[in-house]
Amino acid sequence: MSGEPMSWEYAPAPESRDIANLKPAYRMFVDGKFVDGTGEPLKTINPATEEVLAEVATASKADIDTAVRAARRAYDKVWGRMPGAERAKYVFRIARLIQERTRELAVLESLDNGKPIKESRDVDVPTAAAHFFYHAGWADKLGHAGYGPNPRPLGVAGQVIPWNFPLLMAAWKIAPALACGNTVVLKPAETTPLTALVLAEICQQADLPAGVVNILPGAGDVGAELVNHAGVDKVAFTGSTEVGKLIQRSLAGTGKKLTLELGGKAANIVFDDAPLDQAVEGIVNGIFFNQGHVCCAGSRLLVQESVADELLAKLRYRVSTLRLGDPLDKNTDVGAINSKAQLDKIRELTESGDSEGAQKWTSPCPMPDKGFFFAPTVFSDVQQSMRIAREEIFGPVLSVLTFRTPEEAVAKANNTPYGLSAGIWTEKGSRILWTAQRMRAGVVWANTFNRFDPTAPFGGYQESGFGREGGRAGLEAYLDV
Amino acid sequence: MATPAATELSEVTRDDASLRRFLHGLPGVDQVGVEQRAAGLGTRSIKKAAKLFAIDTAISMVDLTTLEGADTPGKVRTLAAKARRPDPDYPDVPHVGAVCVYPDLVEVAVTALAGSGVGVASVATAFPSGRSNLGVKLADTEMAVHAGASEIDMVIDRGAFLSGRYGRVFDEIVAVKAACGDAHLKVILETGELSTYDNVRRASWLALLAGGDFIKTSTGKVTPAATLPVTHVMLQAVRDWWERTGQLRGVKPAGGIRTTKDAIRYLVAVHEVAGPEWLSPELFRFGASSLLNDLLMQRRAQIEGHYSGPDYVTVD
Repeated sequence: MSGEPMSWEYAPAPESRDIANLKPAYRMFVDGKFVDGTGEPLKTINPATEEVLAEVATASKADIDTAVRAARRAYDKVWGRMPGAERAKYVFRIARLIQERTRELAVLESLDNGKPIKESRDVDVPTAAAHFFYHAGWADKLGHAGYGPNPRPLGVAGQVIPWNFPLLMAAWKIAPALACGNTVVLKPAETTPLTALVLAEICQQADLPAGVVNILPGAGDVGAELVNHAGVDKVAFTGSTEVGKLIQRSLAGTGKKLTLELGGKAANIVFDDAPLDQAVEGIVNGIFFNQGHVCCAGSRLLVQESVADELLAKLRYRVSTLRLGDPLDKNTDVGAINSKAQLDKIRELTESGDSEGAQKWTSPCPMPDKGFFFAPTVFSDVQQSMRIAREEIFGPVLSVLTFRTPEEAVAKANNTPYGLSAGIWTEKGSRILWTAQRMRAGVVWANTFNRFDPTAPFGGYQESGFGREGGRAGLEAYLDV
Repeated sequence: MATPAATELSEVTRDDASLRRFLHGLPGVDQVGVEQRAAGLGTRSIKKAAKLFAIDTAISMVDLTTLEGADTPGKVRTLAAKARRPDPDYPDVPHVGAVCVYPDLVEVAVTALAGSGVGVASVATAFPSGRSNLGVKLADTEMAVHAGASEIDMVIDRGAFLSGRYGRVFDEIVAVKAACGDAHLKVILETGELSTYDNVRRASWLALLAGGDFIKTSTGKVTPAATLPVTHVMLQAVRDWWERTGQLRGVKPAGGIRTTKDAIRYLVAVHEVAGPEWLSPELFRFGASSLLNDLLMQRRAQIEGHYSGPDYVTVD
């Protein structure tokens, strides 16, 4: 047993898709009931195979009005006046039901979104449950949150969420809103409506009073109609900076309270005294986690010149071991790009990197012959002026820049209109603190990346938005303070 | 060996100060990060043909070990028979990598394993504590080598290492390596006593610089013995060594690996951290005793489609 290296092919280890309980048609959830929408139904597809998964009802203008009125009624008559300790019981129940239906939600999420089952199973669904558990705990303690003795809810929240973490973003939005006593009309993304509708079933299972949570699938026009509806008191949006600006403009002067969580172009700064192997892990996790469809992705690697070659060699080897393919296979590390449109956008930006003179390296991983896939890509020799260093790619593409001194690292890291997250890699504690103080970013990770916890506030600076989600600070967005 | 990198490495072992500077200049290991990575890779799901391949590979990598005060020639002969033919009902099961015994029993093992292709490994150098002088350690090694051991598992002087006397540890490994002759040298770091991952990385490089053919986690007499994150750090070290020198060196986790599931997690780490080249008994071994029977039971389950009981494999 010597000589040639042995080849060890991992046999396919797919999670069964039957677990998802996929139905041919899904309806929208209004006033405690699943109802037909009067909008044009949409078809949601599996981005790994391009097959249609289900037909989903969408909301018309009239449906939005019905949903907002139901939410208002539920707020006035039941939820807004219910004691916090009672609200908490419902929110706890939702958290437990998410845990009970973990596998179903995970498989459904991977089918609809294209993310690896490993991620939906180990990150998305458990973190969604954690957000409900955490906020359930706040419901009867809001008087101790630092916003006065008896902070009041705002009323009806209109919430619009993206396709990158469909269930988790729904949890980030709904859990604090309910805990603080608001009612909700939520629009999931057009390409990923399914898990939010299962969450609606969970609300029913939890006996949540009718109208407290309403889920209306649809495209951007439904979102625009919802946030501009006169009956909405609070708008929360997670998505692109472009749409965020439109919303802010249209809400100006209406008195509606607004929080926006938008794009990012985060810097992951690796100093020469960093734990290099773990920095490589953090870089990989920062940009290839969820196919790079992460607003806080570490899409710009800033590495100190003296270790750049060594780090890049290690990084390329590590990236070449990432397994790309069937999202339902338990050994898949990188799944499918969520849509054709997103794949086109990634390709377009990647081509700009080529034409602007950056050095492209692409993982030699085998590619599936159908579905929307993009091989992990690392651009080196990237300059600050190139599009791939400035624009959010929202895909598995890393731009590598170098720096010579800590001051230069900080200057380059902050030289972006965004400011959502940043990563710092060094074994020297004082350097972590020095750098973190200078980062214009809402979240700064030290010697780790992409860690999410409901107790930690998350949100951005500048064009990455405003308002915080999670932690005590996140409650402010849903209280009249 | 004439590469610039190799020349540079010979420089670092010139004196204590250079050695210290080099070892302390190695990148640190972040505890949270390495443990997260080890846990993440531990979730790989290895099924069907991939599992059968893993089981056979793991069997061929077992250093079937008995290191008890109560060891006798009879016990060693029993172990040798098992090592040659681990599962009498399935002659296609590969033989194990080696049998590992104390020096005084090497001769018995060599006789019992003659012509089998199974190596004979002997612990040496005042195993397990290493608390003796160099003369005794070398005599211990020579005794095992003269009796026919093909592999020597030495222990480093952890006291010297922890007090920063790296040169002393280095010199000792070099002397033992010389005493080994043609026998392969495995250097036991006793990572449970080194305590930090930074120390594990430094000790790994120290052993590689001194000429160890393998770096091995533990004696099995100290808790904790082998762990997955420690093995990750050591696999990374042999990969880095290969990148720098072109030489392939091996890794041997020992102690506490008892189940097929555990063994497969280690093999996944070998495969993805060090690389597929290391998936060979020449470059990876398990120091274990009860692991072999679990591998055999799981192998039968894979082939027969159902689990039989422990009575269907031989106790030793």
